[in-house]
Amino acid sequence: MKIQLTVNGSRYEKDVEENRTLLRFLREDLGFTGTKEGCGAGECGACTVFFNGKTVNACMVLAVEADGGSVETIEGEVKDGKFSVIQEAFDRNHGLQCGFCTAGMILSVKELLHRNPKPTEDQIKDGLEGNFCRCTGYTQIIESVLDASGQLPKKGELHHA
Amino acid sequence: MTDFDCVVAAAGASSRMGEWKLLLPWGRSTVVETVVENALKACPRVFLVTGFRGDELAAKFAGNPKVVCLSHNAWKQGMVSSLRRGAAEVTTRRFFVALADMPLVTPALYERVAEACSEEGQVPAIQACRPVFQGKPGHPVLFDRSVIAAITAWKEGESLKGLLSTLNTVTVEVQDAGAVQDFDIPSDYNTARSFLGVSLPRDDAQGKTTGAIRFTDDFLRPGMLHAAVLASPHAHARILSVNTEQARAAPGVRGVFTGADWTNLIGLYMGDKPPLARGKVRYHGEPVAVVVADDEASAQTALRLLEVNYQPLPALLSLRQALSAQAEVLHPELGSYSHIPAIFPEPGSNVAHRTKIRKGDAQAALAIAEVVVEGTFSFPPGDHAALEPRAVQAELSGEGRLVVRTSTQSPFGVRTLLARSLGIPELQIEVLVGAVGGGFGGKAGIQLEPLACLLTQKLGGRPVRLVNSREADLISSPGRPGLEAHIRLGSQKDGTFVAAEIEFLFDSGAYADYAVNVARAAGYACTGPYRIPHVKADSLCVYTNHPFATAFRGFGHIELSYAMERAVDLLADKLGMDPAELRLLNAIRPGDTTPSNSVLDANTGNLAACLQTVQRRLGWRADRWTDQQGKVHAQGISTFWKAPAIPTFTDAGALLTFAEDGSVTLATGVVELGQGAHTGLRQMVAEALKLDPSRIRVVPQVDTDTSPHDWATAASRSLFMAGRAALDAVADAVRQIKKIAAQPLRCPEEDLEVAGGRVFVRDDPRYSLPLEKIVLGYVYPDGNAIGGPVIGRGKYIARHLTHLDPETGEGRPGLEWTLGACGIEVEFAQDGGFRVTKAACTMDIGKLINPDLARGQVVGALAMGIGFSTRESFVFDQKGRVLNASLRDFKLLRFGEEPEYFVDFLETPQGDGPFGARGLGEQGIIGVPGALAQAVSRAVGVNVVDLPLTAEALWKLREGRS
Repeated sequence: MKIQLTVNGSRYEKDVEENRTLLRFLREDLGFTGTKEGCGAGECGACTVFFNGKTVNACMVLAVEADGGSVETIEGEVKDGKFSVIQEAFDRNHGLQCGFCTAGMILSVKELLHRNPKPTEDQIKDGLEGNFCRCTGYTQIIESVLDASGQLPKKGELHHA
Repeated sequence: MTDFDCVVAAAGASSRMGEWKLLLPWGRSTVVETVVENALKACPRVFLVTGFRGDELAAKFAGNPKVVCLSHNAWKQGMVSSLRRGAAEVTTRRFFVALADMPLVTPALYERVAEACSEEGQVPAIQACRPVFQGKPGHPVLFDRSVIAAITAWKEGESLKGLLSTLNTVTVEVQDAGAVQDFDIPSDYNTARSFLGVSLPRDDAQGKTTGAIRFTDDFLRPGMLHAAVLASPHAHARILSVNTEQARAAPGVRGVFTGADWTNLIGLYMGDKPPLARGKVRYHGEPVAVVVADDEASAQTALRLLEVNYQPLPALLSLRQALSAQAEVLHPELGSYSHIPAIFPEPGSNVAHRTKIRKGDAQAALAIAEVVVEGTFSFPPGDHAALEPRAVQAELSGEGRLVVRTSTQSPFGVRTLLARSLGIPELQIEVLVGAVGGGFGGKAGIQLEPLACLLTQKLGGRPVRLVNSREADLISSPGRPGLEAHIRLGSQKDGTFVAAEIEFLFDSGAYADYAVNVARAAGYACTGPYRIPHVKADSLCVYTNHPFATAFRGFGHIELSYAMERAVDLLADKLGMDPAELRLLNAIRPGDTTPSNSVLDANTGNLAACLQTVQRRLGWRADRWTDQQGKVHAQGISTFWKAPAIPTFTDAGALLTFAEDGSVTLATGVVELGQGAHTGLRQMVAEALKLDPSRIRVVPQVDTDTSPHDWATAASRSLFMAGRAALDAVADAVRQIKKIAAQPLRCPEEDLEVAGGRVFVRDDPRYSLPLEKIVLGYVYPDGNAIGGPVIGRGKYIARHLTHLDPETGEGRPGLEWTLGACGIEVEFAQDGGFRVTKAACTMDIGKLINPDLARGQVVGALAMGIGFSTRESFVFDQKGRVLNASLRDFKLLRFGEEPEYFVDFLETPQGDGPFGARGLGEQGIIGVPGALAQAVSRAVGVNVVDLPLTAEALWKLREGRS
C-alpha cells in the first residue's frame, strides 16, 4: 500500500508491502542506513528511532503503521552541519567502539535527556536499559551521557603514572 | 596526591617562539591546559599567574573551581615577580612552582619531588626541593611556606636560580627528561610534542555517531539478489532427500541450491566443511539449502516450501562420549582433509587436533610432590554475539573478477581461502572490508563468503547478498568452543609449584575451523603465567554435534586460565594459603621457561606488580564477610598471560603517501572492528613524524587490490605488528624526504631533521622547508624539479617463531606475552542471587598509546568476561538442539549490571614493540572466569567447577546437585 510519512523533516510517499518493517523500509527503501538491525526481534535496541516523538525499535513497527507519522533517525541529528551535544560527547568520551549500537544508543540518550536533562548514573542505566552494547562494557557511554548533560564525568579509575 | 597548592607561572609572552606558546596544541588540548591538568592530578589547587593575554587564560579556566587565575600586571619584571604574586595566595604548608610552558612535567614528577622532600626532622629544615635530570635543574620546584618572606624580599629581575641558591635547597635526581624539557623556538616545540599517551578521539567517531559510516549490509543496492538459508533442525541426521521443486517455482526465486550442487570443502586450518550440508547434517543450525530471490521476503517465503527428509542420528553431545572407542566418527574422511602443518589430526577418531607438551617429567615429579590437588572443570560452547550479524555481498565484475564485500577480520585470509576452495587465482578476487560491527574472533577466518561466491557464480555474476539473522549468527555461523579440563597440580609445602598434568578437551562442534588452533594455543600456554618445571599436557580439539567453534577473544587462554586458576585455588585451600600470596610466589619472571620451553626474555612484563596493583584496587581480602544489610561479600584474584597464536610468518605491511599539502595517508591491511587500531596507528605515525595527527589519515577500508598485505586483524597484534610496519614506513619516507631536501638546503642528509611538518637543519633550524615543498618533489625557482613522490614502504614479520615439536611441544610460539592480573568482588543477597560489584584488571602493556582506547578495550573485555562466566553459554536439549538462539535467551550484560571497574596499566617496555607497546585488546577477559569463580566459591563455601554461574547452577552447587 501507499504510505506517506516525514523522515527527518522531509516528506516521503512510497508503496510498501504490508509486512515490511519500518526498519527495512527506512534502510532499504529510503536509504537511511544509519539505523541498524542487530536482532530483528526488539531485543538489542540498535534500530531505535523516534516515531511520533517517542523512541521505538523500528524492527517492531510495520512501515504501514508509520503512515501519516513522523520519524527521526540518526541522520537527522546533525543540524546545519553541526553535531549535537550528545554526538560530541560520545566522540570526546569514547562512548563507542564498533559503532553498530551507536545510532540507536544516541537516540535513546536523546529521549532520556528530553525527559530528564540531568540524569544520575542510575537513571542513565535505567533509561538505556533497552540498548545493548557488546564492546564498551557501558562505562564510557555513561560518561558520555554525563558529559552531554553537563555533568562532569567521573573518569573511571584509569591510572597512568 | 600531595596536599600542596601549585603556582603555575603563565605570564610570559614567548618572545623567542615567534608566537605565544601557551595555547599551542598539545595532547588533546593546549600546552597550558596540559600543564594545569598534570598539576591538578598531583595538587588539589592551582594558582595560575597570568600576564600577557591573561584574559584569554582566565576565560579558558573560568569553569574550573580548582584553578584560581591571578592577574599579574608587573609580569614583565620576570619569573620571580610572578612567583611572588602566586606565593602570596597559597595556604598549604608547602607549595609547588611550575612553568606553564612545560607540559612534559608529569604528575609522577610532582610525587617524586614531594617524596624527596618529605624526610622530616632534617637540620637545617629543607626550604626548597628541585628535580635534576642529568645535571640540569628542572621543574616543578617545591617551596616551604617559610620562604615566602624571602621571595617577597627578592629583588626584581633576579632569576629563580639565584633565589634558590640563597635557600637550603635539596635536589632530587629524576630519570624523566620531561622535568627539563621546555621549548623556546618552534623546532624545539615540534620535536618535544608527543602524541603518545594521549586520548585522542577515535578516527571513526564522527562517522559512527552520525550513522554515516557504512557497514557491509549498508551497501545494499537495487538489483541485488537476496539469499535465505534453511538451517538444520537436527544436531545429527542423514539427509534422505531435499525437494526443491515448489521453492523453485515460487515468485521472484532465481535459484535454489543444496549441498549436492558443490563438491568444495572449506576450512581455515583444515578443509572439513562443505558450503551446504552434504549427505549429513552435523549440528543444529547447519545450512542445508539456500534460496536466492529478487527480494528477501520472496526468498524467505520460498524457503518454507522446501521439503527436507531427515533420518535423525544419535548425536555426540559430550566430549567424553565423542572420545570413547565406540563413538561414531563424525568425519570419516579426516585423513584426507587438507590442513596446515601445525595441526595434527587423528584420523579414525573425533580428534581434530592434539598438542602435546612434555616438559621435564611431570609424572615422576607429581609422585613425590608434597601437596597435590586434582580437579575437573568445564563450560559449554557459546557465542561472540557481536552486535553486527555477519554479512556478505558477492558479485562478478565486468571483467569476471569476484568482488566480495564482507564483514571479516581477515580480508587477505578470505582472498586466499576463497582462491583455494573455489579454485580461482587470487588475482581474480577482490575483498573489500569497511566498518565491522565487532568481531571478538567470530569474524576471523572464512565464513559466509564461499557460499555467497558460489551463488553469484551460479547466477551469472549478479550481486548476491547474504546476511545472517541473529539466530543464524548465533548457531549457524561459528561460536566459541566449550571446554572440559582435567588438572593435577603439585607443589612443595611452601606452595612452590613443581609439576602439572593437564588435559584440555576443546569442544569444536561439527567442524574444526579455528578451534584446532585454539587448542594448540591453550597447549603452549597451558600453565598460565606460573613457573612450573615439570609439565605434561594434552590439548585436544574434539568433534561433537554441537554448533562449530572458531576463535574467541582470548583464544585458548581464557579457557586454560579458568581451569588452571581453579586448580591453583584448590591448592591454596589445601595449603591454607592466601590465593594472592600463592600466585605471587609462583608468578613467572624473565628467565623462566614457558610450557613449550621457550625462555621469557627481558621483554616480559611485571606480573608481581600487576597482582599487587589489583590487590590494592580491591582492598584485597581472602575471607568472606557480611555487611550491615546481611549481604555476603567475597573476592577472587587471578593472573593471566597471552601470546598471540599466529603463524610463524605472520606479517604486516604499511604504505605512507603524501598529498600536495604535505598531509599524510597511511594504508594498512588492518580492519577497524571497534578496537581503535587505526587511531592508535595514527598516533604512532604522528609521533614518528612529529606531525599533528590532524594532518594524518589512516585509510579506514581494506581493499585487497590496493591495501598492503596483513595476516589478519586478530590475536591483538595489529598495534604491535602494523605499528612496527607503520614506523618502518615513516622511517623510509623520512629517508627520502631528507635525501630530496638535502639538495635545496645544501647540507648532508644526516644533518636534517623532520618535525612539525618541516624538514630543517638540526643545529640551525633557520634552514628549513615545509614538507609540501618536498614530498612530491622539490621545484627550483627556475622550474627544474627533483625527487618525485615520497612513498614510505613499511613491513614487519614475526621474529624468531618456530613450529612446536609434535611430541614434546617444544618451540617458540609467542611473539610477545602480555601479562596481567584480574580481581573480582561479588555480593550475595539473602535470596541467594549475586552480582559482581568490582572488577579490576592490571596489565603490563609496555606503552600506553591512547589511554581512553586502552581503558575501553579492557572494560569491554571485563564486561564480556562477566557475561561469559555468569550466563553466556548455549543451552542444549537432550538431542543437542540449542534452546537459547536469540538475544532474549542468550543473555548479554545490560546497562546496570556492570560493576565498578578499576583499570591500570604498567609500562615495562616491549623491546621489539612499536614505542615499546604490546597487545591488549583481548587480554582483559582472560582472568575474569577464574577470579569470579574463586569469589563465588568463597562466598558460597563450595568450589565452583562448571560455568556459567547461572542462578540455577548456583542453586545446584549449594544443594550439592549436579
